[in-house]
Amino acid sequence: MKVLVPVKRVIDYNVKVRVKSDGSGVDLNNVKMAINPFDEIAIEEAVRLKEAGTASEVVVVSIGPKQSQEVLRTALAVGADRAIHLETDDELEPLAVAKCLKQVVADEQPELVICGKQAIDDDSNQTGQMLAALLGWPQGTFASEVAPEAGVVKVTREIDGGLETVQLNLPAVVTSDLRLNEPRYASLPNIMKAKKKPLEAKAVAELGLDVSPRLKAVNYAPPAARQGGIKVESVGELVEKLRNEARVI
Amino acid sequence: MMKTLVIAEHDNQQLNAVTQNAVTAAAGLQGEVDILVAGENVAAVAEQAAGVSGVGTVLVADAEQYAAQLAEELAPLVVEQVQSGGYQALVAPSSTFGKNLTPRVAALLDVAQVSDVIEVKGVGSYVRPIYAGNVMLTVESAEPVQVLTVRPTAFDAAEQTGSAEIRSVEATAAVGVSTLVGRELSKSDRPELGSAEVVVSGGRGLGDGDKYREVLEPLADRLGAALGASRAAVDAGFVPNDYQVGQTGKIVAPQLYLAVGISGAIQHLAGMSDSKVIVAINKDPDAPIFQVADYGLEGDLFELVPELTQQLA
Ligand SMILES: Cc1cc2nc3c(=O)[nH]c(=O)nc-3n(C[C@H](O)[C@H](O)[C@H](O)COP(=O)(O)OP(=O)(O)OC[C@H]3O[C@@H](n4cnc5c(N)ncnc54)[C@H](O)[C@@H]3O)c2cc1C
Ligand SMILES: Nc1ncnc2c1ncn2[C@@H]1O[C@H](COP(=O)(O)O)[C@@H](O)[C@H]1O
Repeated sequence: MKVLVPVKRVIDYNVKVRVKSDGSGVDLNNVKMAINPFDEIAIEEAVRLKEAGTASEVVVVSIGPKQSQEVLRTALAVGADRAIHLETDDELEPLAVAKCLKQVVADEQPELVICGKQAIDDDSNQTGQMLAALLGWPQGTFASEVAPEAGVVKVTREIDGGLETVQLNLPAVVTSDLRLNEPRYASLPNIMKAKKKPLEAKAVAELGLDVSPRLKAVNYAPPAARQGGIKVESVGELVEKLRNEARVI
Repeated sequence: MMKTLVIAEHDNQQLNAVTQNAVTAAAGLQGEVDILVAGENVAAVAEQAAGVSGVGTVLVADAEQYAAQLAEELAPLVVEQVQSGGYQALVAPSSTFGKNLTPRVAALLDVAQVSDVIEVKGVGSYVRPIYAGNVMLTVESAEPVQVLTVRPTAFDAAEQTGSAEIRSVEATAAVGVSTLVGRELSKSDRPELGSAEVVVSGGRGLGDGDKYREVLEPLADRLGAALGASRAAVDAGFVPNDYQVGQTGKIVAPQLYLAVGISGAIQHLAGMSDSKVIVAINKDPDAPIFQVADYGLEGDLFELVPELTQQLA
């Protein structure tokens, strides 16, 4: 079974994001970038499936600027076999990403696609579901367990009320939640080895798809700041404030 | 005249209250609002939906393949209803149900979706948080069908004083590529986390699951509160996954939020910083949670929380 994992290069989750003063975007100058945390989990899952003998090959794909190749190399260093870079300097919306991925699926014929459940920059949580729709495949979103069997995959999903398990015919799309696994770190020798693994690059423009934006970002603003609070000295003072000042108990 | 279809969230018996928040968001689009109830034996849900104020028509698709609320089965139905009904907008709550289904529908309609809307400025103009709530993005959409998921805590629940017409619609053919194996739902007598007036949340500082329960349950009982947790507490197995508050867990906005033994990472703040009053109990004076807390209490939670519980008696 071939597994395809789409990975996005995003601002590192530890970075405190700042809005440009004219509201035209987010300041990306000299900001640390990294692989989307959910995609790290997706890669780890695919690599474990390979180690278990279930997956035959793990292919990673990233759509984005030249530097996306860095996250692809990271993916190769933790065990992916091969990488595909679809280059564009435009920020593609989830629907456009899904359309590009559909073409990769047509070329690669994977039986399983594991996406992250959401990119932590746009927080859209759309791409995996859209890809599944475009392919007419079933989807197992927000997965905390993925168990492939002959012709099907069982996916345990983190839902609002608890957990749900679905069985999907293969091929299928799965999106990873936080508790699917704990991703490993790349070792130095593996980082070196990853440099020799195949990475194929292609321009998004060559795909002949309409990936033009449908939405217009009009303004980026920081959230309304909370009024600065106080420190109370004792439980007694806290209770008094909650009763008489905040009036919430 | 704008026509909006809201997708009802339910368990075949009870309409989930987030549907009422979605109706309020939909009303911001200035036009007619209908609700689609798809499920099996959902007459009672349809009745409840018909009672939501501001709703014109409740469309009911009652068929076996909709019972489990699988996106593969529901998406073709929603597409069919949007197209045959001439809807220009589709709204669902940004719950795990809405997040799962709506993008599948948007892709089939070949339109962009706007996720997790917190403000409807008008038709085609929305505000949504990105970067874990560190940025508020105003976005415009000229799509022929506006597909939105809306954050329930950002919109009041529509009242239950309506009397909409109920109309059945034809089910789409079963797709049959997925099945529900089972659900393990948390049972609790406490208020629902997403809509509770008071939330008591615990983090890694609680140490383990037994201590989490021992320390926080009596306080939550006193306050009639829902219990929540940080990701670290869930990952460590103190409590089930559906307790998680944050960027990738539940979004809460109670009157009172108590963060106990939680450091206040941005991913956690993303889920609770719209709470009216925030209280933090933490032994680290520099914990970032104190920067958003209205009342910060520094010290050992194992002493302070029982004392607080007692003083509230
Ligand atoms: C992609 C991604 C998504 C994430 N999504 C979420 C999310 O949705 N929700 C979420 O919560 N996190 C999320 N996280 C994790 C987040 O970054 C933090 O790791 C997490 O919130 C930390 O949990 P914590 O505050 O309980 O633990 P810690 O950061 O370890 O803090 C524990 C706190 O307890 C205090 N403490 C310890 N002992 C005591 C005591 N005896 N008395 C008083 N105080 C004490 C300590 O001073 C400390 O401040 C996400 C991370 C990533 C990368
Ligand atoms: N530019 C991209 N390149 C590759 N994969 C992507 C890209 N954007 C999104 N994805 C995948 O889709 C998932 C969800 O992203 P989103 O829908 O933007 O929240 C991510 O976790 C990735 O797996």
